[in-house]
Amino acid sequence: MELPRYHRMRRALYRLEGTSCPSCSRRFFPPRAVCPACRKGGLEPFPFSGRGTLYSYTRITQAPRGFASVAPYAVGMVRLEEGPLVSAPLADTDGIDLSIGMPVEMVTRRIHEASENGPIVYGYKFRPRLRPPRQ
Amino acid sequence: MRTARPAGIVGYGAYVPRPRVRASSIAAAWGREAAHLPVREKSVPGLDEDAVTMAIEAARGAVARSGVAPDRIRAVWVGSESKPYAVKPSGTIVAEAIGATPWVSAADLEFACKAGSEAMQAALAFVGSGMADYALGIGMDAAQSKPGDALELTAAAGGAAFLFGPAEEALAVVEATASYVTDTPDFFRRQHLHYPEHGHRFTGEPSYFAHSRAASRGLLEGLGRRPADYRWAVFHQPNPKFMRRVAADLGFTEEQIAAGAVVDRIGNTYSGASLLGLAAVLDTAREGDRIFFCSYGSGAGSDSFSFVATPRLAAARAAAPSVDDYLENRRAIGDYGEYLRLSRKIRML
Repeated sequence: MELPRYHRMRRALYRLEGTSCPSCSRRFFPPRAVCPACRKGGLEPFPFSGRGTLYSYTRITQAPRGFASVAPYAVGMVRLEEGPLVSAPLADTDGIDLSIGMPVEMVTRRIHEASENGPIVYGYKFRPRLRPPRQ
Repeated sequence: MRTARPAGIVGYGAYVPRPRVRASSIAAAWGREAAHLPVREKSVPGLDEDAVTMAIEAARGAVARSGVAPDRIRAVWVGSESKPYAVKPSGTIVAEAIGATPWVSAADLEFACKAGSEAMQAALAFVGSGMADYALGIGMDAAQSKPGDALELTAAAGGAAFLFGPAEEALAVVEATASYVTDTPDFFRRQHLHYPEHGHRFTGEPSYFAHSRAASRGLLEGLGRRPADYRWAVFHQPNPKFMRRVAADLGFTEEQIAAGAVVDRIGNTYSGASLLGLAAVLDTAREGDRIFFCSYGSGAGSDSFSFVATPRLAAARAAAPSVDDYLENRRAIGDYGEYLRLSRKIRML
């Protein structure tokens, strides 16, 4: 079990919370502690909207250990509206033709469970956007 | 029952997972006749979904429609009979995911299919008593049913979340509520067992019908109203037949219940069923419309609510997907085998 690690990452995992640099306004996901441009700490939590576009994707049929029960599944890289590029599993892609540039949105789903008596890890995935972008 | 200060629903959100299995596939696997099945298809959670992930999405819709900052929410209550953990609150995961932690109360409620309206009552009381400005009540289920049982034809997945707040910010104001409960063992699941048991015909007249009628009549009499005073009505919907019969018994028409009859399209979402119906009604109701709501949970009891839609409702809708958006977003499951896999009913020996 890796309880402390997942617990530390829960805000990033559950709701895509990253950080932003107060001096240069750059935004980071996963969250960074130090801004690589300003070389300063003191970064603040930043809630990403979860909206973005699909930058690249692939389909996993030979899944790594612990993920075989959900295979086949798609993973992708998503360009968030606020800038960062995030790698993540994709959700609800069965029967959908994925394409580069398609609008996607973050959802919180079950990511992993090591065993039947262990904790369930929840985290972000991206799915094809349910509706056109909101105003 | 009335609150000390006026309160209402300031935001609502729904969720229905994408996979759908045809009732005829289930019937065929068990050698049942495909004629006269209660519903055409039902919703099934994806492999990466459970009551918590579905509650999170519904809660996000409720928060988005309200425009309330999540850290101002003082309670997150989740009603479900399909909690992913036997011991460990679901409410904390939902509260963390929507950004309501840490100054928030969180708990899970259980009352078979009435757990969701129980969470709504508690959230309403939190706001109505003045203890909090905002409280979230959710009803969500990935409904359990024994393979081969009649319930397997309808037990579905989905639900809705309602954020309660002060009446002046409400999309729908609560006029009054009533709760009617007796000890009636029509449906239950013992510890360590996977699937619930039900009392067959006993689940009808002495259970669903008696409690739904009593809670509904109690509220109507308390308010001095008749069914005709309402534009919309929502009842717990274990199947299309029960819902229509109780509505007719009470004097509500098909026109009043049609908008909230989600069971016709995806089956019975247990704790989520009546709440999903209410969300669907809020998707279409107009300013000034009166909405009658009555849940039912085995065990047994009903909670009834009387709402009035406000001028704020129409403008809030666009901030989250409608119930219909979720109903349209569907993928047909190939066969009964895939359904068993998705609903995690296959156990390795």
